[in-house]
Amino acid sequence: MLPACVRSICKKSIPANKALGLIARNGSGHTVGETQFETQPFKLHKLDEGPSTHVTLTRDEALNMYTQMHTIRRMETSAGNLYKEKIVRGFCHLYSGQEAVAVGIKHALRPHDAVITAYRAHGWTHIMGVPPFEVLSELTGRRTGCARGKGGSMHMYCKNFYGGNGIVGAQVPLGVGIALAAQYKGTDGVCVTLYGDGAANQGQVFEVYNMAKLWDVPCIFVCENNGYGMGTSSVRSSASTDYYTRGDYVPGIWVDGMDVLAVRQAARLAVNYCASGKGPIVIEVQTYRYSGHSMSDPGTSYRTREEVQEVRQTRDPITSFKEKIISHNLVTADEIKEIDAKIRTEVDEATKKAKAEKEIGIDELPADIYANNLEGDIRGVSIFQPLKHKRIGPAVNV
Amino acid sequence: MASSRLRTQFFSDVIFNRGIFLSEVQLRRYSSHFVYTADSEKTTSNGTKSKMNMFQAINNALDIILKSDSKAIIFGEDVGFGGVFRCTLDLQKRYGKHRVFNTPLCEQGIIGFGIGAAVAGSTAIAEIQFADYIFPAFDQLVNEAAKYRYRSGNLFDCGKLTIRTPCGAVGHGGLYHSQSPEAYFAHTPGLKVVVPRGPIKAKGLLLGCIRDPDPCLILEPKVLYRAAVEQVPEADFQLPLGKADILIEGTDITLIGWGTQVHVLKEVATVLKDSYKVTAEVIDLVTILPWDVTTICKSVCKTGRVLVAHEAPMTSGFGAEIAATIQENCFLNLHAPVARVTGADTPFPCIFEPFYLPTKWRCLEEALKLLDY
Repeated sequence: MLPACVRSICKKSIPANKALGLIARNGSGHTVGETQFETQPFKLHKLDEGPSTHVTLTRDEALNMYTQMHTIRRMETSAGNLYKEKIVRGFCHLYSGQEAVAVGIKHALRPHDAVITAYRAHGWTHIMGVPPFEVLSELTGRRTGCARGKGGSMHMYCKNFYGGNGIVGAQVPLGVGIALAAQYKGTDGVCVTLYGDGAANQGQVFEVYNMAKLWDVPCIFVCENNGYGMGTSSVRSSASTDYYTRGDYVPGIWVDGMDVLAVRQAARLAVNYCASGKGPIVIEVQTYRYSGHSMSDPGTSYRTREEVQEVRQTRDPITSFKEKIISHNLVTADEIKEIDAKIRTEVDEATKKAKAEKEIGIDELPADIYANNLEGDIRGVSIFQPLKHKRIGPAVNV
Repeated sequence: MASSRLRTQFFSDVIFNRGIFLSEVQLRRYSSHFVYTADSEKTTSNGTKSKMNMFQAINNALDIILKSDSKAIIFGEDVGFGGVFRCTLDLQKRYGKHRVFNTPLCEQGIIGFGIGAAVAGSTAIAEIQFADYIFPAFDQLVNEAAKYRYRSGNLFDCGKLTIRTPCGAVGHGGLYHSQSPEAYFAHTPGLKVVVPRGPIKAKGLLLGCIRDPDPCLILEPKVLYRAAVEQVPEADFQLPLGKADILIEGTDITLIGWGTQVHVLKEVATVLKDSYKVTAEVIDLVTILPWDVTTICKSVCKTGRVLVAHEAPMTSGFGAEIAATIQENCFLNLHAPVARVTGADTPFPCIFEPFYLPTKWRCLEEALKLLDY
């Protein structure tokens, strides 16, 4: 699922001279093996040194990042349509506009690093290793979903990806626990713990800033600031909107979340920082969501259509990245067209296949409530005859 | 009484209906498991009435309070632009941002803040966006709000606090937008907990709760916000807390529910009457805490058979409290054990909602068992 994109950034650096200047003939134009970019400056909180604004990007990485971001966008469009067709149960929160966050961070992670997020989870699920078909199947409650259809939109999981959590801010303490487990096991792994600007005001976030710093837990707190906590803008909900400073004694970085390369830079620094035993760090990623908070929110009663249009036209993370890599000859316009067509086919087929799939049997209504249900039957289940509790499949977390 | 012939007919009905039902479930999410019937609730208000759904009736009640009580404030997540269910629509425009305001997403803070405002004299009306989100505030409700009066020897109280929160199944809410947490709060002396079944009830109970001198939690079945439409009196009126309503009188079996489930039970009573010549007494409990033992026990002594139904899981659901009280008070009048038809002891399922809920058919099957006992 994820080809060579997963690099160990602490131990290995990409040999810069190897690909530099290499010119490959590809379709209609010439491409280079790698090139350099400048990102916007970062803002720092209690950090002596920030990430470099000078970025080297290889052609393979460019292709990979573009493919991943575009796949998420396409998948979310499909998810929105499925919801409108009333095929999706549970609520449905789309990631469109925020793709650069997941993709940028993922490109800084090592295979043994963990991620936990809230309910806007489709993009992250895919990036962490679940193919679109399994994401869309989960969304539509089919047996081929990554949680067998039992979780739905907000609850998707895979190895090292701890979900998919439904309650605002509730995943943040879990992330610190996951990071502590890595520290205890001595793996040098980190846990990326994501929450939104809305959740940043939950008391439990502050409880675990303290715990994480107290014990120097390798937790990267990532505040995905998309400007709106449900229907309330960040300025109207937060006394300080400098989310990267809100850990007080926890150092922080602000990064432009519409630039996948800048996100990767910040995440690389954070992984290094945490993995070297310096304790937690906060990254505020300034991003934007195009859709409403969920599908039942048109997303226009607390912001203007013009605002959304303006971001789409001037700051879209995919369009801007595409222009950048084409103009620097990392990829050609034709290659992009090919990728787009391939993704369209893949997601459309996955959608069709997911819709045609079956749901799990009713016998699984009382399944997996406990490891061992002491009573056999689950009380209150009466589909005209009692159903037995059972366990399905092995856990992937341990 | 039901004969075995009638029960055979019942099963063929069920199988036939389930056949259609399952094929629909395969394709699309399920939207509603009940048929709403409007109320004939009598109120003290003789003035003009207008057609309102439940969110409009709640909005109307909040408007009355803001107009008549200068100390009233309304706050919660997104209430400024009307709330996700539109219950506070236009109130900020009418009464200003100092009285109707958004809070950050912090339920514990919202309730704690509300207790403080109430104890200092404000009429504090808090909204928790979904009942499923109330648990971060559980400590504030159980340990602070409920005990304020008792622990201060009545020197202080937060009786001017009212919390509104949408609860219950809505057809496609999944694990975290469907729960019915009434039983957790029913275990908390000092709180009052009510569940309306429609617009008139919602308006009267909300006004009753706001003016009640104890902290009140009003759990509003979210599926009724739009589905329930009635002719609601426009003027100010209150409905009593702690009083159950007998909606249909009968002599053969008592069916007890609250919120959405009342409408399911009314359908069951209709089927019992039409197909089985059995008259069921349908009671809306209305208030979970303190609940109306007298009305329930009188009815059970008359009918000798009783079924309690709720959406929340069975074990320690509020039906358990009702069953225990009935056996204690009506033991010699019972012709059959007290039956409970409830949600299963599973998390609220994402894809199995139609099989989880205490539907008309499940209630009917259980009622017939009681009648055949």
